[in-house]
Amino acid sequence: MSQHLPRGDDSRNAPARQSVVAGIDVGGTFTDLVLFDAAHGTVRLAKVPTTLDNQAFGVIHALDAANADIAALDLIVHGTTTTTNAVLERQLCRTGLITTLGFRDVLELGRRTRPQAYGMKGEFHPIIARDLRLEVPERMDARGNVVTALDEDALRAAVTRLIEEDCEALVIHFLHAYANPAHEIRAGEIAKDIWPNGNITLGHALLSESREYERGVTAAVNASVQPLLRRYVERLADTLAARGYRHDVLVMNGNGGMVSARHVANEAAKTVMSGPASGVMAAAYTGRRAGMGNLITYDMGGTSTDVALIRNAEPTVSNEIEVEYAMPIHVPMVDVRTVGAGGGSIASITAAGLLQVGPQSAGATPGPICYGRGGEKPTISDANLLLGRLNPARLATVPGGVTLQDVKDIFGATIGAPLGLDAIEAAAAVIRIANARMSDAVRMVSVSLGEDPRDFALFAFGGAGPLHASAIARELGIPRVLVPSRPGITNALGCVVADLRHDFVQTVNRPLASVDLDAVHAIFARQSADGRNLIGKEAVSVRRIREIRSVDMQFIGQTHVLRVALPDGVPSREDLQRRFEEAYFARFHVELPEIRANLVNVNTSVIGEREEIDLSALIDPAGRRARLEDAQTGTRSVWFDGFVETPVYWRDHLPLDAVIAGPAIVEQMDTTILLEPGDSAAQDRDGNLIITVKG
Amino acid sequence: MQIDPITLSVIQSGLQQVCDEMDLSFSRAAFSPVIAEANDRSDGIYSAFDGALIAQGSTGLPVFVGTMQYSTRVLIEMIAAGTAAAPQPGDIYIVNDPYLGGTHLMDVRFAMPVYRNGRIFCWLSNTGHWPDTGGAVPGGFSASATSVEQEGLRLPPVRLFKQGVLDPEIYAIICSNIRVSEQRIGDVKAQAAALLVGEKRLERLLDRYGDAVVEAAIEELRLRASQQMRANIRLIPEGVYRSVAYIDSDGVVNEPLEIRLSITAKDASLTFDFAGSSKPCRGPMNSVLATTLSSVYLAIRHIFPDVPISAGAFEPLRVMRPEGTFLDAQYPRPVSGCAAEVSQRIAEAVFAALVEALPDRVTASPAGSSGNFALGGFDPERGQGYVMYQISGGGYGGNADHDGLANGCSTIGISKAPPVEIMEQQYPVLYHRYALREGSGGAGYHRGGFGLDYEIELRRGDATASFVMDHGRFGPPGALGGRDGRVNRVTVTRDGVAMEPEHLSKAQDIPLKPGDRVRVQTPGGGGYGDPLRRDPAAVARDVRLERYTAGEALDLFGVVVSDAGVLDEPATDAARAGQVEA
Repeated sequence: MSQHLPRGDDSRNAPARQSVVAGIDVGGTFTDLVLFDAAHGTVRLAKVPTTLDNQAFGVIHALDAANADIAALDLIVHGTTTTTNAVLERQLCRTGLITTLGFRDVLELGRRTRPQAYGMKGEFHPIIARDLRLEVPERMDARGNVVTALDEDALRAAVTRLIEEDCEALVIHFLHAYANPAHEIRAGEIAKDIWPNGNITLGHALLSESREYERGVTAAVNASVQPLLRRYVERLADTLAARGYRHDVLVMNGNGGMVSARHVANEAAKTVMSGPASGVMAAAYTGRRAGMGNLITYDMGGTSTDVALIRNAEPTVSNEIEVEYAMPIHVPMVDVRTVGAGGGSIASITAAGLLQVGPQSAGATPGPICYGRGGEKPTISDANLLLGRLNPARLATVPGGVTLQDVKDIFGATIGAPLGLDAIEAAAAVIRIANARMSDAVRMVSVSLGEDPRDFALFAFGGAGPLHASAIARELGIPRVLVPSRPGITNALGCVVADLRHDFVQTVNRPLASVDLDAVHAIFARQSADGRNLIGKEAVSVRRIREIRSVDMQFIGQTHVLRVALPDGVPSREDLQRRFEEAYFARFHVELPEIRANLVNVNTSVIGEREEIDLSALIDPAGRRARLEDAQTGTRSVWFDGFVETPVYWRDHLPLDAVIAGPAIVEQMDTTILLEPGDSAAQDRDGNLIITVKG
Repeated sequence: MQIDPITLSVIQSGLQQVCDEMDLSFSRAAFSPVIAEANDRSDGIYSAFDGALIAQGSTGLPVFVGTMQYSTRVLIEMIAAGTAAAPQPGDIYIVNDPYLGGTHLMDVRFAMPVYRNGRIFCWLSNTGHWPDTGGAVPGGFSASATSVEQEGLRLPPVRLFKQGVLDPEIYAIICSNIRVSEQRIGDVKAQAAALLVGEKRLERLLDRYGDAVVEAAIEELRLRASQQMRANIRLIPEGVYRSVAYIDSDGVVNEPLEIRLSITAKDASLTFDFAGSSKPCRGPMNSVLATTLSSVYLAIRHIFPDVPISAGAFEPLRVMRPEGTFLDAQYPRPVSGCAAEVSQRIAEAVFAALVEALPDRVTASPAGSSGNFALGGFDPERGQGYVMYQISGGGYGGNADHDGLANGCSTIGISKAPPVEIMEQQYPVLYHRYALREGSGGAGYHRGGFGLDYEIELRRGDATASFVMDHGRFGPPGALGGRDGRVNRVTVTRDGVAMEPEHLSKAQDIPLKPGDRVRVQTPGGGGYGDPLRRDPAAVARDVRLERYTAGEALDLFGVVVSDAGVLDEPATDAARAGQVEA
């Protein structure tokens, strides 16, 4: 491998405690930083524009903006969108594929789908073009027996041709390699001697499961972002080293764990959805400390809204995420669902004369009217502004000279007139429809995971999340909303609080009645040992190691599986049967005593928990005022079925023991929190605002 | 009652949510992969008065657009006439009779009345494709059945659940007539549970807004959906639009069946007339009326995807009853091919008729076949019999915006094809290729998408191969000057001798021995617009990617390009000038 990362000296790298830790998350618009100094009990925050061409500049800018002494940092944990952007914008490295004779088109044919259920249009572009997909004679059957031996000369010729074609990364993906990887391994050895760099991905290495399209795409994504990620982390490490940083950089993965920058590019595909994952990790951590382990996260930003489910402070993890149409990346990832657009969702009147909000979005450019960037279509954000939920005074600070009257005129003309409403009523209607639609979407996520939303609290973050959370919670019968201290830097906080995590899946696929239980126990033991070994090698101090064990089971004849959580210890056959039946009934409300069960997969997640971090300093305690009225910045007129003069508070000034009665507005640097009439809010010791929603 | 437009929107999405939750619940709890993974099912809410569709789940299989409103209406009529038992709260009817508002026998419908204050407020109904309902062949797709009795067990509407309890006697009759019956209980429970989920969600909606408000909203939404559809129809210039689509054969008599369609656009409505289409056929390519209507609706929805699925949206679409044709099959005509194949030819006829009127929205014809290939046999290594289904996609039609998609799903479906690795795990077969079918996309300004080319070898034991496909005789038609996509092709190689089935795309029980092979090449999509106007660089790229040969580039597109895909622009200009003159 062609890497020259400055390796920290391991003895110095593994102190008993890492006391100065920085989490830095690069998002689409902003790079956020949160820095904890445990020795001094202080927290520093920064938000700077993301530098798209080289995200490392933004990282340095953020550290400088926080006045961080880079040489004194014990640990930097980094969330990057380098691979996410590369995949979604198809800015991929030139990558070649070598595969089994007869199967080079698997990546182009997919699973015979179309982008939408209705509409016969739509395009799909495979991530590796056909002329860079080559075939060689070799074949395994489904049991891993050799049908055709690997033609090594043909393989060498194919590798050579892809080098001549200027490919920077190589995928070797053979049919049934999950059952017997011998041909892939041998091909990898041969290729390694010829290929000019270390960017070789073997199909079975990331994902040892059947389904050639999903495994192939996962491998192809990995290979085609690997050189980019490798270059990026090298550059970042060099830049930080030049500023005196002496340790390892850790990089967030999509499973909510993190891994050393030295290794991260080897499994680059795992970083693709890491940004949303770290937000969910922060939510789980915050919720656990707040005694609220069951959360639905509601992250509403300007361009999208993401939802995830957390049970007992554990985020839901899935191995079957499709990043976009026909783009499955089957590695364990926190299951974050994008349920719709964000504050930029456009309101319009359909041909049926009905108001609809979305699916069109004004995006970041031109954005809502109130951004002053030329947007002329009414959006959710604009409606919030007209209703006084967002501060209309902010309009004065945007370019373009947009006035409140401009926004009003557009609402009146495009929404109000067709519906017979005035501009304000039109804005209120937009918010009502938007909240109804969002709550339906949140409910579908919850129900699809087998959960009743009423058993959860809503964790609201992102720029617009806390503005809508109370209404959505009420719609869903959710009793409480948690707004963390710093909703706008949740992903960066996730970097700091995330644990080390390794996930293992081993396919067994046998009827439970005939499965060799000793072998199952041996798998659990091996997965545990492997995970502990990997965590031991990371240069991060760990408070304790815990494991999550589960099995995937199904009734014989089914093709979908149900994950069944197991307690620690050694499960008996009867345990497995009983727990499966219970889980099945809880999920589907169907009992099937007539049918026998299959044990499909044995899974272990080994988690190295980091040092506990005290979140109470996220809002500087010294800045808090003694009395609630001292935290009030004024009042403004806010629409709740009519305008009501509503008190406005500054979040950082709230006394920790204050109880706020709705209606009220709480403003802070990066978000606005809305308490509706009848709501009340109090804070916990970490400074989280807990809203009790009026039923 | 006047309802404010905002409440109307909220109730509309509330009703949609009820259906989407039923869809979700059914799929997640269902036993059969065809329902759980392929989503071959649908759920909806229907009028208590006439069964009219109020709302339908957005993830239902497209071919079920509108079908259940016919079966629900027939049920309501039969209850009124005393030919079906009167309902009690908690009853769930089961019915799969194709002639009573259905599709084929495998699509089993459940229907449940929802009571409010002692009267039926509405019906909830769902359809699930059962893997088997008895009959001559496993799975029910007999290519040579000549009466419905050969296709499986036919159930009139009977109450499978009485006041919430499964009737063990009816269930026993069903189980003793179908294959792998011990697993069906999983689907039955899931299908019933989905209706109960819907009932619970609907009751919450009714409690919140009041029955009268919701009832008024449903009426208003019906009106508005019809207005929305009319607004779309106004995009079509008034006039008469005609097309013809062909089915290779009915599987029994080897001659093509014709669908003759004329669409009259007038006064913001469309009238569909199938007069002159072929007579009812002996083989299973007949379509029952509900399926014919549903096929028209799904084609229109492919063209206008934003209109909600409801009876109101269908009102401006008037379909003349195609009496005396194979599109209005009567008992005992066999009908197993109607949902999978005939429906797609009807949709194709709609596309072909309207593409000139709506050139920006409608595509050239897609491959339009489900590509059913069934292999039944005995695996000596496992000591058990099996039935393997391989479904396949084909190319989509070129269109105003871009080239057609390769290996797209059937027009009437949304299900994924199974991976080769899973097929080889479960059945004694080896795939020699699973590839893009080169040259298959119809030439055009935007070419058709490419079909699929796969070949399977039987490894162990004896087996028989059956096919229900289409477009073996005529390729999917091009539009606006585009060429047709390549025809479907089935090649069976036995003892080293290759043959094609007599009916090209349909055959039943061709015996195979180990080492014998089946190769299927599926149709490419039709081309859109004049191929001589296609961007020469795009043609050169297709040659470089080995999708077309250099010879095809010249013959089909008038583009001169080397075998390596290097474009010769002056030669191309000359060649195109020559072809235009010729």
